Amino acid sequence: MDDKPAIEINGLTKSYGRTGVLRGLDLKLDWGEVITILGSNGSGKTTLINIIGSLTKPDSGTVEFGGIGVRARATSIRRFIGVVTHEHLLYEHLTGYENLRFHADLFGISSADERIIIVARQLGVEARLNQLVGTLSHGTQKRIAIARALLHDPPLLIMDEPESGLDQEAQGMLDGVIRQLAESGCTVLTTTHNLDKGTAMSRRIAILREGRIVYDEDLKSSTGADGVKKAYASHSGESM
Amino acid sequence: MKNWFRAAMAIFWKDILLETRTKDMLLAILIFSILVIVIFNFAISPTPKMIGFVAPGILWVAFILGGMFGLTRSFGLEREGGALKGLLLAPVGRDAIFYGKMAAMFTLMMVVEVIVFPVFAVLFNLSLWIPWLIPVAALTTLGIATIGTVFSAIAMNTRAREIMFPLLFLPVAIPTIIAAVETSGVAIRGVELAEMSRWIPFMGAIDAVFLVICPVAFNLIIED
Repeated sequence: MDDKPAIEINGLTKSYGRTGVLRGLDLKLDWGEVITILGSNGSGKTTLINIIGSLTKPDSGTVEFGGIGVRARATSIRRFIGVVTHEHLLYEHLTGYENLRFHADLFGISSADERIIIVARQLGVEARLNQLVGTLSHGTQKRIAIARALLHDPPLLIMDEPESGLDQEAQGMLDGVIRQLAESGCTVLTTTHNLDKGTAMSRRIAILREGRIVYDEDLKSSTGADGVKKAYASHSGESM
Repeated sequence: MKNWFRAAMAIFWKDILLETRTKDMLLAILIFSILVIVIFNFAISPTPKMIGFVAPGILWVAFILGGMFGLTRSFGLEREGGALKGLLLAPVGRDAIFYGKMAAMFTLMMVVEVIVFPVFAVLFNLSLWIPWLIPVAALTTLGIATIGTVFSAIAMNTRAREIMFPLLFLPVAIPTIIAAVETSGVAIRGVELAEMSRWIPFMGAIDAVFLVICPVAFNLIIED
């Protein structure tokens, strides 16, 4: 599994009715790599996340995780993927601890309580674990959602606009978590429509437009953040 | 298998815990069931001769219509905050999700039935202890919870889910409801073993079929 790329996507297409969302998307991601996919609203970022997370079936094309087809072995592959979406995916009538404990049971995590404490500390929500999720601020809910995604220590973390709803301090903490994960060899794929946030979060930037990757560069080997900004402006038609 | 069972149990306890917090389903089923029984009792004022024939119908109308409130709500809680998506991202088979949710619904409906039956027995002047009603109630509730879990998942993604759910659920539940009314009548009027031995295996067979078909249907519904 290790000699294959973490994620390899070939010719991915997905339509909703007559609207084509992904139109032959190709992407390869190595182990330990951090990539940000930039794209305006409706460019297909969430659909891509849902397909990688095996929540949505593509119309055609393949997604492989470590050389294994995500659709063919969806149930077992989910154990290796952590997903953060726009929604917090938590039960509002349960406490943060109860939510995390429930997910620990679903993932079959042994010594769940220890793991819950570790991720809660990492995300700075330890003191809020005994409050009902519905009574927490949006930012704290988001932190617990990220804790949920990290609970089973996944080698691949995919996050859909993780910075949305987070204040400045929490965003700084999220950047720190992503750095830590990358250092520990975790592959991280994030999406955003915030150009500055995207270039701050990762070295590799891809631009998704009309269902295809139209730009894919490492900031160090390319023209840097300015180059990305120019490329984003020219591909999205937005002025800088 | 151990992981499958652990996941199904986690989902079961989560639903029970959620219900003890919100009490949405329990109260709705309880109040509705008692109201139906009280209204029918006053409307019909059954004579002792009539009771054995009308009471089973009233009892199951109350339980099933009340249960429909709960079943509609079963997946409603999963929609909040996208919790269902979180469930689907876990490395567990969809059938574990189905059986966990179905078992929770079965338990909640049985709790309501245990509370409501004494009210029903007092109002209709029946014995509080009719042992044959226990297997009848268990088999019927199992069937209702099994079918209801699937249709609750279907209705969850429709706009008018409160209307869609009964339209989808009731036609499929008819064999279970008829069997429940017939066997309850036999139990209330005094057991005729020959009659019971005809209906109980029939109810068990219906439940067995639903317990096999429904998880497969649920898997197809829940997948994108």
